[in-house]
Amino acid sequence: MSTPDSCDRRVFQAEDRATRAVRGFTLLGAIFVLVCAILAFGATRVSGVAGLLAGLLAAGAGGLAGASLLIALAVRFREPLGRLLARVAFPIFMVAVVATVFFAWVPALLYEEVDRLAGSVSTASGEPRQMPLGVAEIRSYLLGSCGVGSAWVATLVASLLWLLQFGLVRDLITVTGIVVFVSLVAMFGIWWERKVAGRIQSRLGPMRVGGWHGWAQSLADGLKLLQKEDIFLSGADRPLFYLAPYVAFVPALSLFSVLPFSAAWVCRDLEIGLIFILALLALGVLGVLLAGWSSNNKWSLLGSMREACQMISYEIPLGFSLLVPVMSVGSLRLTTLGEVQANGFTSWVAFASPFTLAAAVIFFIGTLASCKRAPFDLPEAESELVAGYHTEYSGFRWALFFFAEYAEMFAVGALATILFFGAWYSPLPAAWGAAWERGPIWQRALHGILFSGPLWLIGKSLFFVYLQMWLRWTLPRVRLDQVMFACVQVLLPLALMVLAGNSFWQLWVLPQSGLARLANLVCAVLGALVLVAMLAIIVYARVNRRRLVGSLVVEHLPGA
Amino acid sequence: MVAAKIAGVLRAQFPGLVLASDIDGLHPSLTLSPENWKEAAAFLRHDPRAGFNFLRCISSLDLYPEPFIELVYDLMALEPAGPGEPWRCAATVAIRLRVPRDGGSVPSVADIWPAAEWHEREAFDLMGVKFEGHPDHRRILCPDDWIGHPLRKDYQYPTEYDGIPAGPAPKTSVPETP
Amino acid sequence: MQERVYHSYPDLLLDAEGEDLADLRTEEMLINMGPQHPSTHGVLRLVLRTDGELVLEAVPHIGYLHRCAEKIGENLAPYQFIPITDRLDYLAAMNNNYAFSMAVEQLCGIEVPERGRYVRVIMSELNRIASHLVSFGSYALDLGAFTPFLYGFREREYILDLFESACGARLTYSYITIGGPALDLPEGFLENLQQFLDYFEPKIDEYNQLLSYNHIFVRRTAGVGVISPEDAIAWGLTGPCLRGSGVRWDLRKCMPYDIYDRFEFEIPVGVPGGSDGIPRAVVVGDSWCRYFVRIAEMKQSARILRQCLEQIPDGPVRAKVPRVLKLPSKEVYFEAENPRGQLGFLVVGDGSPIPRRVKIRGPSFCNLSIASQICRNVLVADIAAIIGSIDVVMGEVDR
Repeated sequence: MSTPDSCDRRVFQAEDRATRAVRGFTLLGAIFVLVCAILAFGATRVSGVAGLLAGLLAAGAGGLAGASLLIALAVRFREPLGRLLARVAFPIFMVAVVATVFFAWVPALLYEEVDRLAGSVSTASGEPRQMPLGVAEIRSYLLGSCGVGSAWVATLVASLLWLLQFGLVRDLITVTGIVVFVSLVAMFGIWWERKVAGRIQSRLGPMRVGGWHGWAQSLADGLKLLQKEDIFLSGADRPLFYLAPYVAFVPALSLFSVLPFSAAWVCRDLEIGLIFILALLALGVLGVLLAGWSSNNKWSLLGSMREACQMISYEIPLGFSLLVPVMSVGSLRLTTLGEVQANGFTSWVAFASPFTLAAAVIFFIGTLASCKRAPFDLPEAESELVAGYHTEYSGFRWALFFFAEYAEMFAVGALATILFFGAWYSPLPAAWGAAWERGPIWQRALHGILFSGPLWLIGKSLFFVYLQMWLRWTLPRVRLDQVMFACVQVLLPLALMVLAGNSFWQLWVLPQSGLARLANLVCAVLGALVLVAMLAIIVYARVNRRRLVGSLVVEHLPGA
Repeated sequence: MVAAKIAGVLRAQFPGLVLASDIDGLHPSLTLSPENWKEAAAFLRHDPRAGFNFLRCISSLDLYPEPFIELVYDLMALEPAGPGEPWRCAATVAIRLRVPRDGGSVPSVADIWPAAEWHEREAFDLMGVKFEGHPDHRRILCPDDWIGHPLRKDYQYPTEYDGIPAGPAPKTSVPETP
Repeated sequence: MQERVYHSYPDLLLDAEGEDLADLRTEEMLINMGPQHPSTHGVLRLVLRTDGELVLEAVPHIGYLHRCAEKIGENLAPYQFIPITDRLDYLAAMNNNYAFSMAVEQLCGIEVPERGRYVRVIMSELNRIASHLVSFGSYALDLGAFTPFLYGFREREYILDLFESACGARLTYSYITIGGPALDLPEGFLENLQQFLDYFEPKIDEYNQLLSYNHIFVRRTAGVGVISPEDAIAWGLTGPCLRGSGVRWDLRKCMPYDIYDRFEFEIPVGVPGGSDGIPRAVVVGDSWCRYFVRIAEMKQSARILRQCLEQIPDGPVRAKVPRVLKLPSKEVYFEAENPRGQLGFLVVGDGSPIPRRVKIRGPSFCNLSIASQICRNVLVADIAAIIGSIDVVMGEVDR
């Protein structure tokens, strides 16, 4: 029970801290401004690499100065700012989403420009120059041919373009993009899971944080977890305990480096990309095992033993089902596997033959087990093992396990999309929009939305993520011996039969023969029917909401 | 009526067993002597004339200031009726045994009615009656190192347990029903 | 029945002859499914001796919620003891109040007027539905199906709203007291009840579609924790545990008390699989049967409620009870059919307003005693399925 005295003291302490923060940041900002001024002055005096370096450092210091001053302002005016933000939170969110999409596109456009530069810049003798070009050459090209007016703008842009020629810089940008994307996907996935769970369970899910349907809930949770106490167990194996979350998270993050988001949007287009992804998925098992063992807790141990059992066993049917599209397409390279499906809905690998359709289903079931999602969520079975292998983890380490799970969910969804369901192509054949691929920006944007683009891949992967969530909140959990029975005695023989069947299909059925076309048509129609049925159910349920749920519920419970 | 029949059968089978019978009250009961309790219990369970297969409850009453504790075994005879018909209760009876307060013990009937296992443990825990031959004779509700048997009328409320101080003993009052 | 070999906890690693096996069986684990655990339905401690995932033995330790209500009963008048009965099986508080009130009324010879009796039955059956909804929801939650829990609680909100309109409380009501309900039903209660019944009865079919006939759920529960009818009677099981083993015994039909002989309803029992839409893997007396008996009982309770709505008369609800109720020097043992079994009260009066002894026969206490028998040679995951199907509430076990 706090006395009025201590209450006032706490409020006063908070105010005191805010004032101190404002003062501190203002001071920091002033220092940075000074540093920036000195460096800028020096940059104009000194030429060459040192001048460039000084200029860059000045820019950096200026940026930090601006940031500090902004933080100081935000803390000083935090209350009106909070009220303003609550009102404009949703518009900001939508603007941020659109801006993110465009900012993801900008580097690709820039790379193209830079690649074209080599052809445009020619020496005095008229021959095209070799990459990498020097800053001065780009600058002169910009001033001359591109009609850029002022000299120092040209210098700035030339420096930027010069940097973008190097593979290392491009890789850095791409890797940063991947890390940002995975974080966004994980945060979005957590929020979406809670909303989907809520709607299935006749309630609303997060509604408060950020205003519109609690969109900032994951952000708030992430910030909360970052500042939680790092509880360490006395009997636990210290190095392994610290290592385990990273061993679980890093493979899930790394496999995005091989995942193509479009034909040209891939960090490393490995010849054996599929095998690389399988290997990384299998590495995640190690993290879980380490976590369970090092926790010095019998329940965690049980959870991780179950998980080892389950994940490793389901790798086998998973691998077999992955061989089927590889056989059909003839390559392990993910971009090749995607590009085959450019000709519309019927060219998707899942609908090529009944065996590929079966392989798609087996793959999906295998990924459910691999991601430890219900009905195979024994390793984290809440009602038996409290939280399974990550019982003893709190704060940021637990957040890493969570992030790893959602990153993996998206990654296997993306894998299913690339291998079976049309990769980054829309159901319309890409040939119809071929003319728009080389046109101006707005035409290319339209082409990306209608025919082929990263948005299609992300959208389809999110659909598979949604399917996983839907199953989780509907089905009970399968017991361990039943999981193993389903794997070894049902799924594995099925996968083998599908593989054998597909082998014979590849051998004896010619690609353009009547049988192949018939099978393609039938499977495509089946797939389309399933999609249409889902949409019909959604529409029917929406229209008959009151009758299905019951009038009492709709009147009395919000969001039901 | 049925309790009278049971009393008669018991008297015939085990002379001197039935000490008293109160079959006309709200709770028809027979008071038996604890010496042949095991045989009587087996008889009540297995003999077709009795057939008491369901032990509802074992209650323990402290007859303070008399130096006795009374155990009340509530028995019921369930028998199936035709297919789809609810089962019937052929008879209910309460068997009372008087046990001395200090060091009193009674043979355990846990092998005759397995339901008695936990009821007898509770009677031992809360009233202090020992049951000979009980398979798992230890306290059930109170902690294993509790001192005393709480439901006895002369129970001393503890002042502290394991270093945790306890409050004063409660007083009773005469309330009014509104 | 299997051979029963008991070990107390410190000696758990002894075999039947008392030989110490600790040196030989090094791969066995003693796991504590401790008082705090998501699936033990309260503060129940199960010490499992396991060989990996296989549970060799499960020893339940109870008493974490022991409040010695029986000692409190020797210090309070019956009217004051009613709130204590609320907290025995806190999910079915109306039923507990009902049982205790009837025991004391039998002892003192109090006749409750007709309307009061109907109101008591209405509250009792509504609470039976609410209690079964919790049991259904939390059983699904134990097995990993998160959604039915929310659906059950959504329905339960209406019942709790009805109770709140009648007596102001949502969990521990103290509404049914000596001499009848404390207050008459508020206006609109019966119409709301009608509306609720019309809304609720189709939901039971939804639950069956979602959970009861779900293949995964059936495989988790069918054939798990089978109790034969002889074992069930021998171990003193009552309620859905007894009926799930095929014993068609319900106090409301077989030894009717109060006005239950005026209603038509059936007693659902466990039936073998393969007939009548029951999944093929189901064995009489397994967890699925016990669970399904509860679902069917909800339907029967709705049926009784509709008959109550037709038959309820007007008039007073409470009998005239003296201001200071002196209990005669007699004793009574009365059992009522609670959602979890037969709740029994032995009330011994000695001429004063305060009883000499109140003995509470908790149905969950008797039902839980069979746990150590049937939790043998099952997987750890099955322990949750078995304990959930027995549906214990620790307030009743420990009192």
